Amino acid sequence: MKKSLNIIFLIGSLGLMSACGSDENPLPIVEEELITTLIVTLTPAVGPTITLQSQDLDGDGPNAPIVTVSGALKATEFYDGAITFLNESVTPVEDITLEIQDEDEAHQVFYQAGGNAQMSVTYGDQDANGNPIGLVFSLSTGLASSGTLLITLRHEPDKNGVNVDNGDITNAGGETDIAQSFSIDIL
Amino acid sequence: MSRIYLFSLYLFVWSPLAAQQPDSCNFALTGSVIDEHDQSRLAYATVFVKELNRGVVADSLGLYFIDKLCPGSYTITVSHVSCEPNTLSFDVRGSANKDLFLEHHIEALQNLTIEGLKLNDRLSSAPSERLDITVLERHSGNSLGDALQEITGISALKTGRTLVKPIIQGMYGSRILIINQGVRLQDMEWGEEHAPNVDINSASGLTLVKGASALRYGGDAIGGTIIIEPSSFLSDTLYGKTSVQAQSNGRGGAFNSELYLSGKTGWFTKVQASLKRFGDFKAPDYHLTNTGSLVTGVSLNAGNHKKAQGFDLFYSFFDADVAIMRASHIGNIDDLIQAINSQQPLVISDFSYRIDQPKQEVTHHLARIKYYRSLSKATDLEVQYDFQHNQRFEFDIRVGDDKTKAALDLELITHTVSGSTKLNKTSNVPLEVGVMYRNQVNFANPDTGIRRLIPDYNRNELAGFVTGTYHLSDHLKLDGGLRYDFVRIDAKKFYQTSRWLERGYDQDFGETVLMEIGSQILVNPIFDFHSFSGTIGANYYWGNNAELRINYALAQRAPNPSELFSDGLHQSASRIELGDLRIAQETSHKIGATIKNQKGRWYWELSPYFTLLNNYILLEPDGVEQTIRGAFPVWVYRPSDVIIMGLDARTSFTWNHHWVSDHRISYIYGQDTQLGRALINIPASNLKNKVTFQRLEWYGLRLSLESSIHFKQSRFPNNNFQAFLPVANTFTEVDISNTPRGYHLINLISTMELPVFGLAGTTFGFSINNLTNTKYRDYLNRLRFFGDEVGRSYQLSIKVTY
Repeated sequence: MKKSLNIIFLIGSLGLMSACGSDENPLPIVEEELITTLIVTLTPAVGPTITLQSQDLDGDGPNAPIVTVSGALKATEFYDGAITFLNESVTPVEDITLEIQDEDEAHQVFYQAGGNAQMSVTYGDQDANGNPIGLVFSLSTGLASSGTLLITLRHEPDKNGVNVDNGDITNAGGETDIAQSFSIDIL
Repeated sequence: MSRIYLFSLYLFVWSPLAAQQPDSCNFALTGSVIDEHDQSRLAYATVFVKELNRGVVADSLGLYFIDKLCPGSYTITVSHVSCEPNTLSFDVRGSANKDLFLEHHIEALQNLTIEGLKLNDRLSSAPSERLDITVLERHSGNSLGDALQEITGISALKTGRTLVKPIIQGMYGSRILIINQGVRLQDMEWGEEHAPNVDINSASGLTLVKGASALRYGGDAIGGTIIIEPSSFLSDTLYGKTSVQAQSNGRGGAFNSELYLSGKTGWFTKVQASLKRFGDFKAPDYHLTNTGSLVTGVSLNAGNHKKAQGFDLFYSFFDADVAIMRASHIGNIDDLIQAINSQQPLVISDFSYRIDQPKQEVTHHLARIKYYRSLSKATDLEVQYDFQHNQRFEFDIRVGDDKTKAALDLELITHTVSGSTKLNKTSNVPLEVGVMYRNQVNFANPDTGIRRLIPDYNRNELAGFVTGTYHLSDHLKLDGGLRYDFVRIDAKKFYQTSRWLERGYDQDFGETVLMEIGSQILVNPIFDFHSFSGTIGANYYWGNNAELRINYALAQRAPNPSELFSDGLHQSASRIELGDLRIAQETSHKIGATIKNQKGRWYWELSPYFTLLNNYILLEPDGVEQTIRGAFPVWVYRPSDVIIMGLDARTSFTWNHHWVSDHRISYIYGQDTQLGRALINIPASNLKNKVTFQRLEWYGLRLSLESSIHFKQSRFPNNNFQAFLPVANTFTEVDISNTPRGYHLINLISTMELPVFGLAGTTFGFSINNLTNTKYRDYLNRLRFFGDEVGRSYQLSIKVTY
């Protein structure tokens, strides 16, 4: 009996000795795919450029994105629009827009006016198949009103879906990479 | 040679002695003689009726037939070469079908007792049930979780078709231990979409203990313990088995083959390999795109078993590549709302065998060495070392250079040494005492480029237990046990600084911070848990076949890494999951009882249970968080006080020679007493009825029709939340709580045994699952928002033994 317990303890202590964990610290993870920032510039023929920005530096962390709109839009105006996506969690800051351009057939940006905002968006770019991407666009405003502009970046959408090439997201499918809504005043 | 001689002897002795029978004595008894250990049929066993002084020899398939029986009580002795004869009494009131059980290969089995693999090793007052090899073979192409659902009170938490976690009386995940070859599986069963890494084809039987009474294997089995039994060993034999199964749905099947070789001096070797391959499964109306799988398993077992001492080596490898339904991979809440509102999957393609992203690739190696020695007639000693290596990759749909890169890459290495001794074996108070030490290291590979869901950690465990049985009389047996576990978890984890502050960890865990890098913070929390478990119970036998078991179990479970550390977006679930460093261990009190009686042709069994759980850790939706990717539901691990109780009942009736019916019902009630509402993920009541027709003379024909009715779960917590729809500029309620409606499934199962390939038994099986092609969704399938369950499937199987 005594002998048997000795054997157990001997084997137990062998296990203890062999089981030393590594004391090295784990490496921090660099989230290369993360999109932290979306910047839309709306440039009218005359007057100041309006900037819409959403910045979410902690990604899926608890902090909500900080959303800013630099000013109101003018009624019945025509704006040249461009959108930029950045990953500001890495140094230097990474421009994700370039990655989207490289895979333009697998991405599309959708612009949807909500509330009562009187405006419409027309695509200004095309991928190799002649389908829109949405990195470059034009926005025209109607009468004075207010509402929202929802900007959605879809990954692997069905660009051949009904009306998808006109910017209708209903039949686009795919996965949402970005979905941000901005409050818009048209004066 | 000796076998034939014995038969001749029996026949010679008995045949002339057949007694004269009165005319009314025209009842017959039929059935199979079955090896209790591996459930195989014993060919040419003898069945002797003492009162008539008459015996018969079973045929090559183990089937026997005794006719000209009068009403009354008979003493029947079953025997077989190298088996200890088994004597039982039986009331004859009409013709009946009765399977007779024998413990085959006694010498080898005695050694197995020492190995700790026989059923005596768990305390027998605990409610438990066994699945035999014939049931497991029928599920050869399925998973462990599918087969376990054959047991009353067992349901499954599923992710699609292939990833199935067993639920024992309402509890799952880390609350269930799976013991394979005497080794506690460490298989990263942390997430709801992680399935156990077990090849069902390597098992020769399964015992399920409902509750925490299998203290030998762990004290934290609040839900229960699943013990996968290895093959029984027979000396000087060459035995093999090969089976092929094909299924129409999924256009795939399973192949399994095993070979067993042993010598006279106690040496043996067993080799087993299996392969399963399925393409996309099909719901009644559409293909479930990207639901295929490829699973392979290999196991090797060798050793020397003698009475005085022996050793045993075991190695197994399990590899599973499982596709996750394409339509279940969604972005944010908007996509979830769209999926819930759409009545069918948003992605449906033609059938394919491809396993695309999202998918899981899991490998598991298990190696074990064991040595046992009999120190005296009353004392045995056993020591064991086992090693497990798990690698889990999860792939999501990703962009650019990361397209083929895993989103989750975890490696878990576990070493365990354990020793136990059995004392007073021959007395009426046998005891078992054991100790265990375990070290586990988890490594989360940073190359994924996605923040770790589970951090790097080192876990050490030390445990000791004592269990005993007290045989008070032939009618009453008491048992009890105690176990202590010490667990230390030493983790190194990066938190986002914003999350660290939001959770208030800076207040409570400030001293654990190692460094700050950019917007992340590295911490080194160390947790110690002391867990006590205990069980006490009684078995009472009366009459011929009546038994009452009653058992109380106290169990404590330390939280698992996902409950403590989860933090971030779980892409495959499209939700933010948050653990809590403050979570303490769970404590459960469970009282379970089983009362059963076999009265002639009628068998019944009732198993009520009541569980009180303090600090029960559950994962529930808790609001919404906004990100630049849109809003996501937040699921939080939260401790609560909970009651789970229920009733499992079963009855079967042998109508005559050919017809047997079997009826089961399960009801579970779960209540969160802290919040005063229903508990989430409690299986709905179900009612299963089965009618079997058997005509053993017709090549062992068995034909069963199975009906299972699953009611709608009407008790569920309301976790619905409001989501903002920017385009409509309104809020909408997201209904993630409501349960699907009930459903009724019908299965047809048939088997026949044809002597096609020479002398050996060849079993053919044909079955149809979901005969009526019923369209349904199940509450406990995580993918229930995204598609229907699998429709009708034809299944054909052939098994050859040699």
